[in-house]
Amino acid sequence: MKIGTPKEVFEGEARVAMTPDSALQLQKLGHECLIEAGAGALAGFSDAAYQAAGVTVVKTAAALWKDADIIAKVRQPDTAELKRLSADKTLISFFNPAGNDAGMEAAKKKGATVIAMEMVPRISRAQKMDALSSMANIAGYRAVIEAGNNFGRFFTGQVTAAGKVPPAKVLVVGAGVAGLAAIGTSTSLGAITYAFDVRPEVAEQVESMGAEFVYLDFEEQQQDGAATGGYAAVSSPEFREAQLAKFRELAPQVDIVITTALIPNREAPKLWLADMIAAMKPGSVIVDLAAEKGGNAEGTVMDQKVVTDNGVTIIGYTDFPSRMASQASSLYATNIRHMMTDLTPEKDGVVNHNMDDDVIRGATVTHAGEITFPPPPPKIKAIAAKSQEKPKELTPEEKRAAETAAFKAATKQQVGLIVFGAALLMVVGAYAPASFMQHFIVFALACFIGFQVIWNVSHSLHTPLMAVTNAISGIVVLGALLQIGSGSWLVILLSAISVLIATINIVGGFMVTRRMLAMFQKS
Amino acid sequence: MSIGIVSAAYIAAAILFILSLGGLSNQESAKRAVWYGIAGMGLAMVATVFGPGVGNYLVVLVMIAVGAYLGQMVAGKVEMTEMPQLVAALHSFVGLAAVFIGFNAFIELGAVRELLASAPSTLRGDGVMIWLKDQGLTGFGEKLAYKDNVEIAILKVEVFLGVFIGAITFTGSIIAFGKLAGKVDGKAVKLPGGHFLNAGAAILSLILLIMFLNGSGMWTLVVMTLLAFFIGYHLIMGIGGADMPVVVSMLNSYSGWAAAAIGFTLGNDLLIVTGALVGSSGAILSYIMCKAMNRHFVSVILGGFGGPSGPQMEVEGEQIAIEADGVAAALDDADSVVIIPGYGMAVAQAQQAVSELTKRLRAKGKNVRFAIHPVAGRLPGHMNVLLAEAKVPYDIVLEMDEINDDFPETDVAIVIGSNDIVNPAAQEDPNSPIAGMPVLECWKAKQVFVSKRGQGTGYSGIENPLFFKENTRMFYGDAKESLNKLLTLID
Repeated sequence: MKIGTPKEVFEGEARVAMTPDSALQLQKLGHECLIEAGAGALAGFSDAAYQAAGVTVVKTAAALWKDADIIAKVRQPDTAELKRLSADKTLISFFNPAGNDAGMEAAKKKGATVIAMEMVPRISRAQKMDALSSMANIAGYRAVIEAGNNFGRFFTGQVTAAGKVPPAKVLVVGAGVAGLAAIGTSTSLGAITYAFDVRPEVAEQVESMGAEFVYLDFEEQQQDGAATGGYAAVSSPEFREAQLAKFRELAPQVDIVITTALIPNREAPKLWLADMIAAMKPGSVIVDLAAEKGGNAEGTVMDQKVVTDNGVTIIGYTDFPSRMASQASSLYATNIRHMMTDLTPEKDGVVNHNMDDDVIRGATVTHAGEITFPPPPPKIKAIAAKSQEKPKELTPEEKRAAETAAFKAATKQQVGLIVFGAALLMVVGAYAPASFMQHFIVFALACFIGFQVIWNVSHSLHTPLMAVTNAISGIVVLGALLQIGSGSWLVILLSAISVLIATINIVGGFMVTRRMLAMFQKS
Repeated sequence: MSIGIVSAAYIAAAILFILSLGGLSNQESAKRAVWYGIAGMGLAMVATVFGPGVGNYLVVLVMIAVGAYLGQMVAGKVEMTEMPQLVAALHSFVGLAAVFIGFNAFIELGAVRELLASAPSTLRGDGVMIWLKDQGLTGFGEKLAYKDNVEIAILKVEVFLGVFIGAITFTGSIIAFGKLAGKVDGKAVKLPGGHFLNAGAAILSLILLIMFLNGSGMWTLVVMTLLAFFIGYHLIMGIGGADMPVVVSMLNSYSGWAAAAIGFTLGNDLLIVTGALVGSSGAILSYIMCKAMNRHFVSVILGGFGGPSGPQMEVEGEQIAIEADGVAAALDDADSVVIIPGYGMAVAQAQQAVSELTKRLRAKGKNVRFAIHPVAGRLPGHMNVLLAEAKVPYDIVLEMDEINDDFPETDVAIVIGSNDIVNPAAQEDPNSPIAGMPVLECWKAKQVFVSKRGQGTGYSGIENPLFFKENTRMFYGDAKESLNKLLTLID
């Protein structure tokens, strides 16, 4: 199949859905790659680089749409692009199916297949094609960078000859992919970072990134994120009040606020209200990653940077990934490439659009002249459920009690064994003749020495140990030697064979042990 | 040589054997220890050959010369990956020798009895003995003549036991050899009737013992030997390939007990001491191996895994493959690397490639170590020997307990041809057949690469959730080829 990527038509969009690297991998799947001239220019990929990777550069968008069987792009297609679809074409792109009935209708009419990248289900298997996560990751990183760009001071605290600089305090609201990326970036720049999320189970992740989780004094059992596909759900009014009170308390302290709170298919919740903004120090920065859905902060203007009367900068950009076009393109192109890997299971360049596959079914919004959105819930539950209870840590007293109990049990067992062994020996001694008992003492002592000695053998020398014991078990040769002087020819024959094989055993065993031990070398 | 000198030599030999085993506590003293063993054996043999009661020196000389030649040839040629087979094959020799010696003892006993019966009735006390000596009876035969009735009965039990254990060791070791060498199918095979056949044969042997004690003669011993041959065969046929470490150490133990039983028969203390040393050594090794698999010795010997006690956890996710360049890049970034070899490394003969990889990574200043599970491979300590052969320094080869806590700080863990010993289900899924088995917690490393032939499950047929973890990448292909490909990318 031919996979083609046109230049993005959306104003200011710098990303591209195919990179020279991803093209190489796509070709390994048996596909042919096309790209519109100049499509990668803004992301830093020249036409020459594509050609070097075996991609055919096509002059115009029209020719590309005509030639390619599968069109991979970034932004939701506009009406002109939708018109270029036909029944035998597949479009892979962000599509916003929930708010794009017209687009789906148009694609359905054309009979084309559309795979919407934002619809990839959130299951472990599909993570590698989860474009929302890879874009959110970039957005989170970039949000901190933009904040730093508009923040007139250091992130990290320093003690310099010219005076002491306090570290910046950053609050991240919403610890999803973007939030966690922001936390990571912020802590690595040296800021004191706080994070809040309505799902308490993410506290562990937040803390693992080096931030402090902001807990509320609130009793209500909150919903488990695992039940809602890993996304946050709407919270109760009481909970919201507790949350806002906490933010009010934090507002005068923090220098930078990054809000990332989104609830699927809803307006973004207003969390950072006008009074909190008014309470912030002049020069503080708010980066609102939810600006596209109306913003988490009051006063956010989509795609713009505004400065309030008290000198707080509110950034409402929505094009963070595009601002890092090269990075975003590589990640997005890799997501697309993984999607193609799942679509071409045989790696023979033939697409098998398997509607029984959870991931493919979930992401497909139109197929074979039907609108297939919304998809049925996936068969596998999203994301692992809450981790099981950890085993309780033992207190020192309990530990000591357990140890004493174990010691007592071991003593009991040992004493029992000794008593039993002694009794057994007495019984044997009462009946067996003295000549037998003499040998028996030797035997018992030898077993005992054997146990004591062997426990000290190093694990790594177990094979040489077996070879040595093997060699010395050839000691049965003594038995054969003692018998070989007999008068009976049968006895002589059998002992002769025994001497032979026991000698093989002795010599073979010792030689091979020596060989092995000589190999063990210290560095 | 007088009996006194022979006894002194035996004491010295016994001490040398103990020192030899004790010296294996570390790699350096082990090199000296093996010489103690050789000296002890030499002393014991010389003392016996030149001691009282040994004849037919020409036969002895020829047999020892031929045996020594064959032994050194085998030992010089064997590949280190073939060690398990060799050890098993050598065990079978001890078993067979024990059977022959047992038979001989019984034949001698018969001969001495006949002789005694034909002694002139005019002789009393010492006179009989002097007469016997005149008839040419020496050594072992002379000892037999002194025995009273109770001692004869005990002797018969000893002969019977020695032959029984020896026979089981013989066929068991042959089957173990066949399985390890790939000449017999490695799967667990049981005849219809299963363990009842073994139990039946054992009970029959017991009945034969009673008949033997009551003087039923040679045929009972022969029939019992055949039954024991069958038990040995059937017992080991019913045990699968991955349990071989236990089987081989168990057979090792048996060969020791057989030697000890022969020692009792012949009244030879050195045989008893050595047999007991070998027997307890094998028993401890079996115990360690069983502990490492969290299974009972009996259940291993009876074969098969215990059935799962409930539905096993569903494994979700998928196995994500990776090519050599991806592994090379990750290794390049890593500071600490842990390599976990298993039987697959031995099968693919990949130890040299592993060693080369280690050398190159260490040359770049990376901390490379090996994690060895006690039951990795088919012989206790198998992996250590293979790595030593490939010149991996032994002080970076660590045991499970030494390294398990270090995985969280490890950047890359590479699993080469092992499966069950790195299966997180042992800890996470109480219903798993291997639940509770101590495993190497390699999944705690930042990234895990698994070099594996294909997607199949391991020997035990248990799905391994490690392969589905998010930080795991599957590096498919023959271990040796994969590693050689990887080596071209790391300079």
